[in-house]
Amino acid sequence: MDLGSINPVLLVAALLLASTPILLAAMGELVVEKSGVLNLGVEGMMIVGAVAGFIAAVESGSPALGFLAAAAAAAVLALLFGVLTQVLLSNQVATGLGLTLFGLGISSLMGQGYVGIRPPASPRLELPVLSELPFLGPVLFSQHAMVYLSLAIVVGVWWYLRSTRSGLILRAVGESHEAAHALGYSVLGTRLAAIAFGGALAGLGGACLSLVIVPQWTEGMTAGRGWIALAIVVFGSWRAWRVLLGAYLFGGVSVLQLNLQAAGIAIPVELLSMSPYLITILVLVIISSDKRRAQANAPNSLGRTFHASG
Amino acid sequence: MIRLERRPAPSRAWAWATPLLAVLATMVAGGLLFAFLGKDPLLVIRTIFWDPILGEFAFYYRGQLLVKAGPLVLIAIGLSLGFRAGVWNIGAEGQYIMGAICGAAVGLAFYPLEARWLIFPMMVLAGGLGGFLWAMIPGILRTRFNTNEILVSLLLVYVAEQILAWMALGPLRSPDGAGFPGSRNLRHYDAAANHELIAGSGMHWGVVAAFIAVILGHVLLSRHILGFNIRLAGASPRAARFAGVNPGLLVLTCLGMSGALAGFAGLFEVAGPAGQINIDFNVGYGFTAIIVAFLGRLHPVGILLAGFLMALTYIGGEAAQATLGVPAAAIQAFQGMLLFFLLALDVMTNYRVRFDVRARA
Amino acid sequence: MRRDAGGDGAGRVSTPLLEVQGLRKAYPGVVANDDVSFSARRGEVHALLGENGAGKSTLVKTVYGLLRPDEGRMKLDGRVYAPASPHDARQAGVAMVFQHFSLFEALDVAENVALGMEVPPPMRELATRIRDVSETYGLPLDPNRLVGTLSAGERQRVEIIRCLLQDPQVLIMDEPTSVLTPQEVAILFETLKRLRAEGKLILYISHKLEEIRALCDWATILRHGKVTGSCDPRQKSARELAETMVGSELALPAARTQDPGEVALSIAGLTATSGAAFGTELKGISLDVRRGEILGIGGVAGNGQDELLAVLSGESRSPPESVLLGDLPIGSFGPNERRALGVLAAPEERLGHATAPDMSLVENAALSGRRRMGMVRRGFVNWSKARTHAESVIERFDVRVPGAGSVARSLSGGNLQKFVIGREILQQPDVLVVNQPTWGLDAAAAAAIRQSLLDLASQGAAVIVISQDLDELMEISTRFSALNEGRLSKPRDTAGLTLEEIGLMLGGAHDLEIGLAASRPGRAVEAGEPVP
Repeated sequence: MDLGSINPVLLVAALLLASTPILLAAMGELVVEKSGVLNLGVEGMMIVGAVAGFIAAVESGSPALGFLAAAAAAAVLALLFGVLTQVLLSNQVATGLGLTLFGLGISSLMGQGYVGIRPPASPRLELPVLSELPFLGPVLFSQHAMVYLSLAIVVGVWWYLRSTRSGLILRAVGESHEAAHALGYSVLGTRLAAIAFGGALAGLGGACLSLVIVPQWTEGMTAGRGWIALAIVVFGSWRAWRVLLGAYLFGGVSVLQLNLQAAGIAIPVELLSMSPYLITILVLVIISSDKRRAQANAPNSLGRTFHASG
Repeated sequence: MIRLERRPAPSRAWAWATPLLAVLATMVAGGLLFAFLGKDPLLVIRTIFWDPILGEFAFYYRGQLLVKAGPLVLIAIGLSLGFRAGVWNIGAEGQYIMGAICGAAVGLAFYPLEARWLIFPMMVLAGGLGGFLWAMIPGILRTRFNTNEILVSLLLVYVAEQILAWMALGPLRSPDGAGFPGSRNLRHYDAAANHELIAGSGMHWGVVAAFIAVILGHVLLSRHILGFNIRLAGASPRAARFAGVNPGLLVLTCLGMSGALAGFAGLFEVAGPAGQINIDFNVGYGFTAIIVAFLGRLHPVGILLAGFLMALTYIGGEAAQATLGVPAAAIQAFQGMLLFFLLALDVMTNYRVRFDVRARA
Repeated sequence: MRRDAGGDGAGRVSTPLLEVQGLRKAYPGVVANDDVSFSARRGEVHALLGENGAGKSTLVKTVYGLLRPDEGRMKLDGRVYAPASPHDARQAGVAMVFQHFSLFEALDVAENVALGMEVPPPMRELATRIRDVSETYGLPLDPNRLVGTLSAGERQRVEIIRCLLQDPQVLIMDEPTSVLTPQEVAILFETLKRLRAEGKLILYISHKLEEIRALCDWATILRHGKVTGSCDPRQKSARELAETMVGSELALPAARTQDPGEVALSIAGLTATSGAAFGTELKGISLDVRRGEILGIGGVAGNGQDELLAVLSGESRSPPESVLLGDLPIGSFGPNERRALGVLAAPEERLGHATAPDMSLVENAALSGRRRMGMVRRGFVNWSKARTHAESVIERFDVRVPGAGSVARSLSGGNLQKFVIGREILQQPDVLVVNQPTWGLDAAAAAAIRQSLLDLASQGAAVIVISQDLDELMEISTRFSALNEGRLSKPRDTAGLTLEEIGLMLGGAHDLEIGLAASRPGRAVEAGEPVP
């Protein structure tokens, strides 16, 4: 066992990057759930984003195009969910599960010829001068662009939900679709837009995994991160800042356990590998046990089917 | 303009027609997918759906049909009870793994004692208990701490997979295995083996259990007060509470039953077709069973039929993989598509499509 | 947006502001509006009068752009008016206050108001304007409060202020007084009169005749989707109006008969929290109900009615001694244990609480009758007994339905309510508790249900009727009590109560606190009458 081999600077820097896929997916799901829709297909959208982004980046040689393709592919998949649940009024839980199963299947199909390839490298964004700072430099100012983008998205979502009219309408739709409809707001339009946005972010998160973190394509590489993103939305009680906290907490546990594995600590590898899932469950339990607090910010129409009758 | 109009009562005709239409639509869409992959769509569809039953090598495949359908049906029956009650256990894969581990561990503990009358029944019980207890975790967290059972049961699948790996590499590893991962092969240990009951038929105790589960499930839902309470809680939770149903107890019952059935399925699989605990023991039956449950309309008899259909796609898919080079993943996507089409067409059961003719301007 | 058509605003001018011609709107199986025409002027409170199901709500939803008519046209201020959405309607100067408020409980007052406006000002400015308008019209309201914490009366103010900030020409009010105490009604009428004086047109929907005679300048009367008359309601007697509205004489329930017997059920000093997010806490409830009497419990919705029913039915458990059946403590008993002892209940929400919407009447008969009607043996359900029970309810209570196999949601509100009440009465309860037994029903169905409750009491059962409808309680109850913010007033004999006394009971002895602590459980806000 050699805990001294764990470098705290690298650990924190890795934490921010490792948390980014989950953070992106969770922010997307936050917006979706705020509009009153429960999309359990995050895992499926992430993995499709991962493979679509990987293919596009390999074929075009441009990581940026890869990320765009990832967002687009996952958004299309999300809209499939949107049409099923919002237009054809199917059960959201069942359809979300279906989306995940379908996404896992279609992604391994798409990724057939891409196993074992390395994608074009996507460079870090070294901020001049700032990245030279001790500790803070490598941690904060020498990260991949997606890390900054994800943070910008957190701020953007927070501001959008709090301060814009469109964000107010989105919250209203999630709170009571009947009342929003009675006031003449388009429940369908708002929700489809939110679902597509949620899909795009999940796709970005997936691509972040296959293009930056791993970087490689392997089947099922999201390994439950989509589900953890869902759990983090609950953990964050539908608030952007708390979701950020939850994602970094999870990222921290993942990175730490990998480092502990590498350091050869005397805990079985499997126990370390399952620790992120166990900790997510534990955190969920703590958050949910206070019923009033857990539900205070939950959208009232979450998961309910809306049909505008005459 | 096309508009949906709610039917005063669900249409029975559509309820039965939608699964058939969904299968047809999936064949068409799947055919397009295969054509896109550069395969002859008709040939692929025939290889998947026709050859395993009536083709040249059907004698081999027919046995496989029961082997695959058995666990799917057994798990799906349990899941359907929960889904009917609005209890979303989607972690059957984990309960399946834990059932297999517990059951196999009991069997291996007695090795090499030959006392089948004692060991095999104990393994079955241990398998059911393992799945049951694993499902009780989300159950108790939900009833005691109000924690979402969907997320917990699913996250526990990843935990169960790690336990499986640990078991295969550690405590249950075969001492005679020359360092390879994996336990002793239970099929070579007569007291613990879940042998074929009729040679070549694929019929083993797990398939028998699946048929029993179908019958008991049907009786439960149509005749028993517990089945009525399950349906009531799913249809209208408030009305169920008014009827005196204890929601917490119902959650535990549903999760417990589905966990136990998944555990049984795991045990029968590990003692039979799979033979040993190994890292890659689980092949996703717990997830496919979700599709089976929905495709079967959450109805026991429907689930039986859906289980066979889904088993067919597995076997036919393997055949298509072997003979035509269709990737295995295509079958998984195919199964996902089937669920989508079913959910999409389901709207017809409760709604009517109206074509509005605009009133005179 | 205001266009002056030459009128002087305040007086009665000849040009109509709103003209409706030959509107028709049909749903499968029912014509909600059939060739409806009327016109209304500026500076007028124009009543749309009719029973539930007469087509009033459909008509105003069409005017507000929520529905598009199959036939017919409208004019606003002399111009063709065909709103495709409520946005169009608001642009044209038409605003609406819904019967069930279209409010968002988890948002604050200012956000709710902003959602009702086309181009809202920045939030801080909006808060100031809300304060200004609320002072001008005597409607006190704090812009930063969460709507979920407001009382019914305050919620209505949010809706009204939301409309007034748009400076509308037409203000539609759908059954505005159904959730108000008499004192709150008086405040509302003052506001409406002020608006009338400013030259606005108010379309006022109601089925309460006295109210319309007191407030409205003109009335258009609807029955079964058709206009059956129009008049100046101040020139007509309530009886004449009622006949135009109902189209026939009503059978009034028979007078109550015997003296009350011994106490059947009592509650002493019960306090209970609500499970719902914005529910009401019951505070120190004490009551007793005797055999042979009907105890009426009045009060505006959201003052603890649902919670009280749950405590009585056994859906909420309480300390054993807090609920006594005779001398037997039953507070900790669940619904089925109470049913076995003869304590039955019928909740307010017909679909989704009293019945499972997608289940057949046979199954819904087993829902509450499983214990008393011996439908379950060794865990197995005897469906033929359930069917027999369902069929006898259908027959005895004149439930109009193709058969016992029909699903609950296919029934009209009145028929389903008859089924729900009949299902309990045929189990021969010793104590029956009903919540809003005639809410939203037409007069004939309501009268039938009231009669059956009177019959039950006269056979010696103790009956508790929780209702918002004061007329109903005056008509059938032996003693009267009121719920206000989770507190129950001391019951008094109904005979001899004056309207003023009832108002004070409804407002509670603590009416200064109204709005500070009051709240209202989340209930469906879909505006609409049940389609008959």
